[in-house]
Amino acid sequence: MYYFLQQLINGLTLGAMYGLIAIGYSMVYGIIGMINFAHGEIYMIGAFISIISFLLLGVLGITWVPLALLLVLILAMIFTATYGWAVERLAYRPLRGSFRLAPLISAIGMSIFLQNYVQILQGANVKPLPPQVTGGYVLGTDGGFTVQISNIQIIIMLLTVVLMVIFSTIIAKTPLGRAQRACEQDLGMAALCGVNVDRTISLTFVMGAALAAVAGLMATLYYGVIDFFIGFLAGIKAFTAAVLGGIGSIPGAMLGGLLLGLVEAFWSGYFTTEYKDVAAFGILVIVLIFLPTGLLGKPEIEKV
Amino acid sequence: MSVAAQGVGAEKARFDPARALKEAGLAAFVAFMLFLPMMGFRLVGAEGRLGLEYRPQWVVIGVVTVFFGHLLVSFLRAMRGAPVRPAGRVGPVARYVNTHAKWFALAGIALAFALPFTPFANRYVVDVATTVLIYVMLGWGLNIVVGLAGLLDLGYVAFYAVGAYSYALFAQWFGLGFWEALPIAGVLAATFGILLGFPVLRLRGDYLAIVTLGFGEIIRIILLNWYPVTRGPDGLSGIPRPTFFGLVFTRRPAEGEVAFHQFFEISYSGLHRVIFLYYLILLLALLTNWFVLRIRRLPVGRAWEALREDEIASKALGINPTNTKLTAFALGAMFGGFAGSFFATRQGFISPESFTFIESATILAIVVLGGMGSQIGVVLAAAVIVILPELGREFEQFRMLLFGAAMVGIMVWRPRGLLASREPTIRLHARSAGERSP
Repeated sequence: MYYFLQQLINGLTLGAMYGLIAIGYSMVYGIIGMINFAHGEIYMIGAFISIISFLLLGVLGITWVPLALLLVLILAMIFTATYGWAVERLAYRPLRGSFRLAPLISAIGMSIFLQNYVQILQGANVKPLPPQVTGGYVLGTDGGFTVQISNIQIIIMLLTVVLMVIFSTIIAKTPLGRAQRACEQDLGMAALCGVNVDRTISLTFVMGAALAAVAGLMATLYYGVIDFFIGFLAGIKAFTAAVLGGIGSIPGAMLGGLLLGLVEAFWSGYFTTEYKDVAAFGILVIVLIFLPTGLLGKPEIEKV
Repeated sequence: MSVAAQGVGAEKARFDPARALKEAGLAAFVAFMLFLPMMGFRLVGAEGRLGLEYRPQWVVIGVVTVFFGHLLVSFLRAMRGAPVRPAGRVGPVARYVNTHAKWFALAGIALAFALPFTPFANRYVVDVATTVLIYVMLGWGLNIVVGLAGLLDLGYVAFYAVGAYSYALFAQWFGLGFWEALPIAGVLAATFGILLGFPVLRLRGDYLAIVTLGFGEIIRIILLNWYPVTRGPDGLSGIPRPTFFGLVFTRRPAEGEVAFHQFFEISYSGLHRVIFLYYLILLLALLTNWFVLRIRRLPVGRAWEALREDEIASKALGINPTNTKLTAFALGAMFGGFAGSFFATRQGFISPESFTFIESATILAIVVLGGMGSQIGVVLAAAVIVILPELGREFEQFRMLLFGAAMVGIMVWRPRGLLASREPTIRLHARSAGERSP
């Protein structure tokens, strides 16, 4: 039972990170119907910017942890969002109206480019960050096995909840959110009604990148090591999460992320860690076969 | 979507210095934001404590380059007028090559057959040519799936891996030679294709891409972790070499075997095997090409292209989309399996390292770069992708960077690839070679 509880906590933490990345995929897919394959790399860049910001703040003498965390969060979101914007502007916008596979192939190219860009600039070795947030709470002990929740895990879950609330409010209440929802339904019609489509799409990428940056920061804090290759696997997993929850749906992305995190945590906890990725992809295939629109997705009707 | 596309084409104004400066300034600001964290600081010291190294000069150089580069581009654009080539238009070179495809193909084949006997051929040249041909064959195989049937397969390397490992394992366990194992490897790869394709081919294109990508990763993870069979990261070594009608290519053949040089009574040379392997892959690749060209003319080939163009219309005409896609998937996988077997026998050693996602992306890039559906384009693209890094060995570090940038660049400037060929293979009213507008 305690073992179960521990895996539940680990799974929810992992799932929160997947969910935050998945939202970026889901929003972009909802609006322009493309898989932003480079989104995983944006998350990786977010993690790098976080680690650089931590070190820079250390040099500047800002060592009070809550303040440092807040500043790093803001810096990572701003700079990573610029990357998200630039990727859209350079690699996707010129391709609008091109044939169906063009943006996806361009995105794969962008992903390879960004990976190597970071590798060349920052080196290929693993970057360790000493733990910034330590401590935690013991929830219970059972014959030598203790269930604990660390402060980092608490921060990750709280931050995810806060971001989800802010984010849902933006989508539901602000003019930007209204424009996004309009674009999601019909790009051409939205443009005719005076929505600035290009700007809305750009801002969607910016928002997705900012959330991926938060996930990158969380991964930096949680695992303590990053390298230039983390974006690939995280990217596919997050996309799996987005599909699992129903692509285009934002609560679905979060739900899919949490489910995927739980599946991975329980699989590693009860079976083997080597095959946890196989389990994740297996779930993707099974879901797509039985629920092609995902858990919360709307059925899509193809018209001539 | 078309609204945005029209906006880009409409910029045909004269050069406006104020506006150009403003835009360049904006670009420079974005570049500053991009470069500041990633170029301005470098994480150093992996062991123990991580430190920062400052490189402000890099940021300055980058930002200045972007500023003046942007100014130059807007100046040139104003001088020449905005590019008016609509996306998808086939260029004059491509049209020439496509209309004279037969002669180009014959010349290419003749050149390929003569290559080992040309004066400049040495071991290195033949080796590189063999690698090019492996990619040509993989490209042609994937072209069935991507170019003809229009299914985006991001896990093609999985079938390549299945072919390679099935030959290696059959050789190890049952002592099968290359020629006995080749058809088995092809059949196994095709079986995997069907097993994967059957559930997922009903999905929409983008989902298919991700599922195939996941499948490629699953195969690689299994190869990496199933140690008793695949020997995991250590890989399989000592894979037997192919024989030429029973003649082996060793200096001193084992008891009961006859060596190539003994049979033909020539002196032994290590080059014989290299040239034999070259001709072997040349024949396999030509077989693939011949097969594809023939099957395009069959009902199933026509059905693939019909599905690619319009799935709903094809359904209305009574084509079963799942089965039709499945044949494309299985055949593409089969050729991937053949190529994998050849790869295993050529290298003599295989490990999961050779079957990563980047390999799938490379093969896909070859197909896309060449112009989807164009057989000659694949050859051209494979040659470019294999030979370019060979020429610039000192740029090794930047190889993949340029590769990624080239994929983006080609999609932006030539979305249909170098030699696009998406003309219908059959016309109701025979016309001179025109082109389809997108």
